[in-house]
Amino acid sequence: MAAWLWILVVVLALVVLFVIRVFNSLIRLRNEVDNSLAQIDVQLKRRYDLIPNLVETVKGYAKHEKELLESVTKARAAMMSAGSLAEKASASDQLSKTLKTLFAVAENYPQLKANQNFLQLQEELTGTENKISYARQHYNDMVMLFNNRIQMFPNNLIAGMLGFKRRELFKAPEGEKEPVKVKF
Amino acid sequence: MFEEIRRNKFLSYIIMLGFLILIGILGGVFGWLLGSPLFGLILAAFIGIVYSLVAYYSGDRMILRMSGAVPVTKEEYPYLYHIVEALAISAGLKKPPKVYVIRDSALNAFATGRDPEHSSITVTTGLLEKLNRQELEGVIAHEMSHIKNYDIRMMMLAAVLVGVVVLLSDFMLRSFLWGGMRGSRRRDSRDTGPWLILLAIILAILAPLFAQMIRLAVSRRREYLADASAAALTRYPPGLASALEKIKNDPDPLVDNANRAIAHLFISNPFRRTRSYFATLFSTHPPIEERIRRLRAM
Repeated sequence: MAAWLWILVVVLALVVLFVIRVFNSLIRLRNEVDNSLAQIDVQLKRRYDLIPNLVETVKGYAKHEKELLESVTKARAAMMSAGSLAEKASASDQLSKTLKTLFAVAENYPQLKANQNFLQLQEELTGTENKISYARQHYNDMVMLFNNRIQMFPNNLIAGMLGFKRRELFKAPEGEKEPVKVKF
Repeated sequence: MFEEIRRNKFLSYIIMLGFLILIGILGGVFGWLLGSPLFGLILAAFIGIVYSLVAYYSGDRMILRMSGAVPVTKEEYPYLYHIVEALAISAGLKKPPKVYVIRDSALNAFATGRDPEHSSITVTTGLLEKLNRQELEGVIAHEMSHIKNYDIRMMMLAAVLVGVVVLLSDFMLRSFLWGGMRGSRRRDSRDTGPWLILLAIILAILAPLFAQMIRLAVSRRREYLADASAAALTRYPPGLASALEKIKNDPDPLVDNANRAIAHLFISNPFRRTRSYFATLFSTHPPIEERIRRLRAM
């Protein structure tokens, strides 16, 4: 066979290998992105499930904080109805803020602070808030890695053809963060 | 990061290979002194392979037992568990390491295991009491980085394999000193006197080699990298820096639960207040001041 034919075959083989390598690494990264997104949802759900118990416990000791407890319940409901990642992020930020205010106000009620159930819930929720924060961080890190990988040369040439699209970060849109008003 | 992992896995194999070779030499010498070098070599190779497998699969359990660590449940230590689980999420580990505790007022911690799915983190109760949340997160993040980088496999193998070779050579030296001294008068099959000296010389050469193997496992580079990775995990370098400062100023470095073989696993050298030949020979940790300085500069 002619020499140029051999060269063509080798070049084609190299291109095929390149495509396979890129495809596999993008699959791995995309799965990591999906996995870390699922982890965020796991923690969000955990927080969602813990809140009713907290509201009931606080209600027993802090009857005057009706407004605050309502704002917590409302923020929790808003999480349920959030659809896109940006909506979920700002709903989550809002809920975090109301919970933080609730725990700050709880400092004024020594009987509440002595309640074992409340203390356990507080630790659980603080732990879960922390995990939500780290899950978001990890997800965003993975998204950045993935987006970089599909946008940088030479992968960008074939990433689109192979069906890999840019992913969005998990963060609240700028300008929508309003300070929570605390009334004592 | 992936290069680091590959490098550590490669070095782990090197350590196991080096161990087998050294054991082979020791066995060969032992066997030759008894009359059959080949038998000694084969026996040593067999023991070496079996022990390497034991070290790989149970090394972490041995280390945990040596250090006096006890497993604890989430119900007993929810605060600690939450921190470990949160940082495992940040590191992207599929499942968090198991949690152990050493009941001691000293401030120290270590991680061990053969890979991220079979790993554990141990913390002293003193550390839990004296550090705040950010500081504790910094320490746990440092240990988590060792797990993620496969440092733990390297460090575990070095502890268990090198430790036993040191023990073996101690034992051999002692048994020949005893047997040789009494035997050279009654047994006349072989004059073991001058060969004892040779053996002693060989072992004296090997001891710093073992120390070098441990140093291979723990380099300053590895510790600095774990510190930097911890800062990346928490996005808060001052946390770990402040924890290291508290650890540095703590008067009690946990000497009772440590021994030479596992000293290098701890975040802070348990022997840093001891002045002895062995402490310096096996000195494995970079200076704390430098670690703090680098973290504060981030």
